[in-house]
Amino acid sequence: MVTLPTSGESQQWVGQPLQRREDARFLRGTGRYTDDVPHAFALHAAFVRSPIAFGVIRSIDVRPALEIPGVIAVLTSADLGHATLTGFLDRDEFIKTAMPILANERVRFVGEPLAIVIATSRYIAEDAIEAVSYEIDEFDPIVAMDDAQRTPQPIHDEAPDGVLVDLRMFNDDELEEVLATSHVVVDETFRSGRLQAAPMEGRGCLAEWIDRDDQLVVTVSTQLPHQVRTGIAQALGLAERQVRVIVPDVGGGFGFKAVLGREEVAVAAAARILRRPVRWAEDRLESLTASFQGREQEYTVRAGFTEDGVLTGLAADIRCNIGAYSAFPFTCGLEPIMAATEFLGVYKVPRYASRSRGIASNKPPSNAYRGVSRPQIVMVMEGLMDRAADRLGIDRVEIRRRNTIRAEDFPYSGPNGITYEPGSYLEALELCAAQVEAAGWRQRCEEAAPGFIRGIGIANFSERNAYGTATMGLRRMPMTPGFEVAHLAMDASGDVTLTSGTCSAGQGHETTFAQIVADRLGIAPDRIQLRQGDTDLTSFGWGTFAGRSLVIGGGAAAVAARRLAVQLREVAAQLLSVDADDVELVNGHARVRGTGASISIDEIAKTVHFRSHLLTDREEYLLESHGSADPSGMFSNGCHAALVEIDAGTCAVQVLDYLVVEDCGVIVNPLVVDGQVRGGIAQGIGATLYEEASYSPDGQPLAGSFMSYLVPTAAEMPPISIHHLETPCYQTETGVKGMGEAGTIGAPAVILSALNDALRSRDAWLEHVPVTPADIQRLLALPTKMESS
Amino acid sequence: MSESREITLTVNGERHLIVVEPRRTLADVLRIDLGLTGTHVGCEHGICGACTVLMDDEPVRACLIFGVQADGSSVRTVEGLAVKGELTDLQQAFSRHHALQCGFCTPGFLMLAEGYLATTPAPDPVAVREMASANLCRCTGYQGIVDAIVEVAEHRFRQRPI
Repeated sequence: MVTLPTSGESQQWVGQPLQRREDARFLRGTGRYTDDVPHAFALHAAFVRSPIAFGVIRSIDVRPALEIPGVIAVLTSADLGHATLTGFLDRDEFIKTAMPILANERVRFVGEPLAIVIATSRYIAEDAIEAVSYEIDEFDPIVAMDDAQRTPQPIHDEAPDGVLVDLRMFNDDELEEVLATSHVVVDETFRSGRLQAAPMEGRGCLAEWIDRDDQLVVTVSTQLPHQVRTGIAQALGLAERQVRVIVPDVGGGFGFKAVLGREEVAVAAAARILRRPVRWAEDRLESLTASFQGREQEYTVRAGFTEDGVLTGLAADIRCNIGAYSAFPFTCGLEPIMAATEFLGVYKVPRYASRSRGIASNKPPSNAYRGVSRPQIVMVMEGLMDRAADRLGIDRVEIRRRNTIRAEDFPYSGPNGITYEPGSYLEALELCAAQVEAAGWRQRCEEAAPGFIRGIGIANFSERNAYGTATMGLRRMPMTPGFEVAHLAMDASGDVTLTSGTCSAGQGHETTFAQIVADRLGIAPDRIQLRQGDTDLTSFGWGTFAGRSLVIGGGAAAVAARRLAVQLREVAAQLLSVDADDVELVNGHARVRGTGASISIDEIAKTVHFRSHLLTDREEYLLESHGSADPSGMFSNGCHAALVEIDAGTCAVQVLDYLVVEDCGVIVNPLVVDGQVRGGIAQGIGATLYEEASYSPDGQPLAGSFMSYLVPTAAEMPPISIHHLETPCYQTETGVKGMGEAGTIGAPAVILSALNDALRSRDAWLEHVPVTPADIQRLLALPTKMESS
Repeated sequence: MSESREITLTVNGERHLIVVEPRRTLADVLRIDLGLTGTHVGCEHGICGACTVLMDDEPVRACLIFGVQADGSSVRTVEGLAVKGELTDLQQAFSRHHALQCGFCTPGFLMLAEGYLATTPAPDPVAVREMASANLCRCTGYQGIVDAIVEVAEHRFRQRPI
């Protein structure tokens, strides 16, 4: 039951495009990111990193480095007691392997840390890196997923065939028969390139042992404060209480920081060993080549369709190149599980079977990158729709329409075992298709200048988010994420402090959480301050990822606010000698319905703190409450369309125009929602046309700077128009669904669809991202269907 | 490593006498020696532009300039914008247009735009977009940044002294 002010005069903050309270400090340059946190005496860390992709370490000689003035220490794995991090799933199909904090015995990718140098400045620390010598015997590296089959030396001895996770979660004995009798079977292999999230702020930390508190205080740029605490405590043999993780402003996360890196643990270990503060800020080379990557996947798919274009069944063999190690805490099972489970998207698929594997390689470990496997599964499902439409001679929107889960199908249970709550899947498709027509894109396609070819793409999809413990428990991680606990305290001035275990990396939680609480307390959002990112200050929580924060953290805050509102009404009732049921909280006042009597909330707060002797009927002191939320998880949905142009001369691709229909339930702040959509699309365009963390056959990274890892600039971005539908989800009190990843999810599918539309006169299909000018040149060189017939 | 040198630097109107190694970047001089951490370091190879500051009114990458090269110059950083406490028109426009999310690239974009608008009083939106492509933002998709700069350019042009 939601307690909202009922009076027409009350201000409703949810839904307002409120300017963010975070903005002022960022605009003044007084935001404080990890490397901005001052510390007069901190030493600086830098890492000696392997130039070899795969080999056995014969020796490391740190002595010459110690001769350099200003070098305090150089530590190797043995100095850290061979500490490790192990991200694993407790299931038979998962092979458990450890990631040493510093390489021990073997190196498994270029950039793997061999030693940590501690010096009085970063400059001296980098000098010292050059002075450390080592001998490594090389093996043939495993770079592509098929390399594992022909290389005798496995990356991990525990997994001789290189397969760290092999899931057959969905089986169907009748699928082969169904496919054999289908009118058409689309049999295709789709691939996606390796990516790096590339937040503008790389990773970084500052660690200091504080004797007074018997605590290692680690300031770190992360999305997961409490999981970083747990990982550091486990790796260093400390109690949870002995590690305090503080997260200041975070300069972008995108899943890249939903992890604990070995460098943060090494810095923490060094600070503890030396009993001196140590700091580290990742440089861009380290970030691009020696941190975490993701999304290098291959889908071999067979999809059966009737003559009318209705899906009959789908078989998928999914392989994910998960790199050299299983990341903590989400493991190398993250991409394969999501790909298999959420593959079917917004479509009704009667029969489904899949196998999904995580295959080790001599590349940095994979971790979540915004959307994880969803950009790829949507690219595959939409690619199948386009292929089937082409082969059956059905309009591309029409074939989607025939397969989409409809309003009357909800709650819909698919062969993936998920029950879908109401969404606007068909409505989004229809609205998007109508907008394409209204925008005159077909006309614009025909108006392409000589030497230019245009095409239109469409992609209809969902975004699963806000996974609670009921859903996450199925993964069988040793710790199951999902719930959040929020605390609220109103002080003597009537200002409210809210704490949450979620952790903003630019999403504007300080603004949106305050909007949710404000409506329930009848006060303005600027009276509510969110404190986050401090394990000593907030209750245990699960951080920010997978569209969970506003849903689960905000949902918990809503419960806490509703409970605090009850307290305020009860105190007001005592002070005004009325029944609490007759009191409403409106515009900063507790007001008695029908009488006009009221008392300001500030006055209530003052009374509770300073004159509590007046409140003889109260059992509790102060104004504090908590709330929790743990939804099972939900789907937001959307439909994207893109108009693209190919320059046949340069083979460059430009996205000319972009349309979005988005349904994320109740919108708390339209400014923030649209910002998430636009930013996500920029990343999706990057993944589709520009970005790839590519490697040479001997495992050397080829994209080590922003000269070669091409993050889109303003010049690559199209105008984007956004239309909203609103199908609330009441797994929490707010009706909110998560939506932070939709942009990245839709863009690859829709741009690929548009390119294939542009190239439809040729008998060729693009089934991979990124699409490079070389790909376009190859396809343009093919004869057109007319020429070949 | 050659010997440290003494340089003078005027930053946001304040004169500083600083002793630096020749290899010390201007970004580190500003951030570490002067505590002006609003200038962020995003790539250290001149592409992302997060460290953009104005040196003698010209936008420069503070990661590509050594402190010794800035000797005798006047530098303006993001901390020098809202001098009397109130956000400038450009800063306010950035907030209105949601031109920032994580905020890490924001100081670089602000300084880039201030340098640009000082010499290009009436740019069209296409030119602004081209100019803004000098810097990287990973959060916003750039529309808000372009819109904010265009709006401020138009407003300042209308308000210019005749």
